[in-house]
Amino acid sequence: MQPFSTHSGKVMPLDRVNVDTDQMVPKQFLKALTREGFGRILFYDWRYLPGEKPNPQFVLNFPRYKGASVLLTRANFGCGSSREHAPWGVKDYGFRVILSPSYADIFYNNCFKNGILPAELSEEQIEELFQRTEKEEGYSLTVDLPSQTVSDNHGLKYKFEIAASRKEVLLKGLDDIGTSLQHEPEITAYEKAHAATATMFDPVDIKNYSNGR
Amino acid sequence: MTTAKTLYQKIWDSHVVHEAAGQPALIYIDRHLIHEGTSPQAFAGLRAEGRKVRRPDLTFAVMDHSVPTTDRTLPIIDTDARLQFEALEKNCRDSGVRLFDMHSKQQGIVHIIGPELGITQPGQTIVCGDSHTSTHGAFGTLAFGIGTSEVEHVLATQCLSQSRSKTLNIVVNGKRPAGVTAKDIILAIIGKIGISGGTGHVAEYGGEAIRSLSMDGRMTVCNMTIEGGARAGMVAPDETTFAYLEGRPFVPRGKAFQEAVERWKQLRSDAAAKFDMTVELNAKDIAPQVTWGTNPGMVTGVTARVPDPHSFSDLNDQKATERALIYMGLKAGTPIVDIPIDRVFIGSCTNSRIDDLRAAAQFVVGKHVARSIKQALVVPGSRGIKAQAEKEGLDKIFTAAGFEWRDAGCSMCIGMNADVLPPHERSASTSNRNFEGRQGKDSRTHLVSPLMAAAAAIAGHFVDVRDFDVAPVE
Repeated sequence: MQPFSTHSGKVMPLDRVNVDTDQMVPKQFLKALTREGFGRILFYDWRYLPGEKPNPQFVLNFPRYKGASVLLTRANFGCGSSREHAPWGVKDYGFRVILSPSYADIFYNNCFKNGILPAELSEEQIEELFQRTEKEEGYSLTVDLPSQTVSDNHGLKYKFEIAASRKEVLLKGLDDIGTSLQHEPEITAYEKAHAATATMFDPVDIKNYSNGR
Repeated sequence: MTTAKTLYQKIWDSHVVHEAAGQPALIYIDRHLIHEGTSPQAFAGLRAEGRKVRRPDLTFAVMDHSVPTTDRTLPIIDTDARLQFEALEKNCRDSGVRLFDMHSKQQGIVHIIGPELGITQPGQTIVCGDSHTSTHGAFGTLAFGIGTSEVEHVLATQCLSQSRSKTLNIVVNGKRPAGVTAKDIILAIIGKIGISGGTGHVAEYGGEAIRSLSMDGRMTVCNMTIEGGARAGMVAPDETTFAYLEGRPFVPRGKAFQEAVERWKQLRSDAAAKFDMTVELNAKDIAPQVTWGTNPGMVTGVTARVPDPHSFSDLNDQKATERALIYMGLKAGTPIVDIPIDRVFIGSCTNSRIDDLRAAAQFVVGKHVARSIKQALVVPGSRGIKAQAEKEGLDKIFTAAGFEWRDAGCSMCIGMNADVLPPHERSASTSNRNFEGRQGKDSRTHLVSPLMAAAAAIAGHFVDVRDFDVAPVE
């Protein structure tokens, strides 16, 4: 996974609470076989009019936010479906950082599997950033993970909290499957110790490969 | 001296494979459920790294999200869906994972067939690349949805790297009034705590109104736990649970079953266990619920009216409500019972079990769907449930009343197959999400119980089922 250390970029404000993952990547794009190409369809129904004409009312299509890589939004971002297609889309579009007062659990977790930093700031700090983004065209922020800070060019500097283990995953771009497999002997030991109470009964009446046509 | 533990803590502790200070724990996963929608990239990831599925015997696959609910002997015309089915079939064959494909007699929605086949058992950890995995918590399991990267992780290691959650105790006291179902209970809970009220927590449900629910009802409650922000919800197993499980295909039999029951009986929160948060409701205060907005927390009782955005104190809530009313095509102050319906959907992992179909059928028997209703669908959650319903003659009741009786799958809950709610049309739906575009682009979803959906189909608009002589529903 691509490591994350420091990122500077233009901010795009998405002024909505409870943005769910259905809005990021609608159902018709869940029939994919790969993780690629979801940036083009990110926020599809909000972003496009019929015929995939860009909707000029939607913030992502405002010329002033072209090339933004910091997504500023409201509370409970990423609620709903567990689809990892949502962070795939966020990343593929070009966002490396999300700033919000809070995130839904599954989405938050999925961000760390994809090198996206979902930083948590207070409601007041987020509100201040919305105002600054609105006021200044091209408003940019620098997000520094080692020092856990968000700062702009006018002296604003906010500190954010993040679990030390999460921080390490992003900084090192860790492959957590590889990390877990280092504990292979413990996994095997666990399986042996619990074999007697593993209440799996294998029914003879349901075939192993159940193409029951 | 031992410390008092919650059910969640007990299951967690018994599944820790490795734990180091300041790091997430590695916990063992007893059952891994997969489906066509969120697994292809996980298998591709395994292949790219030269890794194998560690425990194909603990992994179960099913086709559900995009399967047609019409005649399955016909070719699949949706190319993307077909390619996903073929990918799942190949991945399962190559790795030795048991697959219930769309022609299997056991096929159904992943969260329906897990319990139905007895794959789901108390005390287990269960994960699936689907947020409604919380359903399985009804058996006293720790079950939650994961992303595709985590699916890949579980395939490779049969473990998951996780941090402990906080605990949320949800107590529903008293008896449910007639016409008030498990769906109304969970919608009322979400209405009370909000859609992010449970974030960071695992919920445990208790109290008389929960204890008196059938397993089907408990699954409905646990299913929608995620809509309140908590990733998992659970109900401690009891005699209702054991009676449900006995004799199901993957459940041990005879002496092994009795031994399992003795272990399962230990699965409850200790009396002195402390929860991080407690929420209490009284069932007698709960009316049949109807959502009016674009998330499951935008819900009210059937006798209420569509709220005024200015009635909310928080500015973000005001804006969200204004936006939701525009999307839903509703005016503030409209009585819920005056909202006309275009289509009705009875189905989904929330409400497509046999109790749900019985509740809807006993209401519609001898009646007919209103002329203004364009379509009324009944989609059983599994082929097993479909067969049981047909044995009881429920299919005949539904079709005589003007409903369509379909084959099993996720169907119009997510609209990945042909069962889509058209733009600007309004549904009474027994599913779990009323997000913008959920059932189809620009579609308008109202979440209700199967009983309320059946009644809305007959009337053409919402009605208070308590005004009718309805039998008590599980």
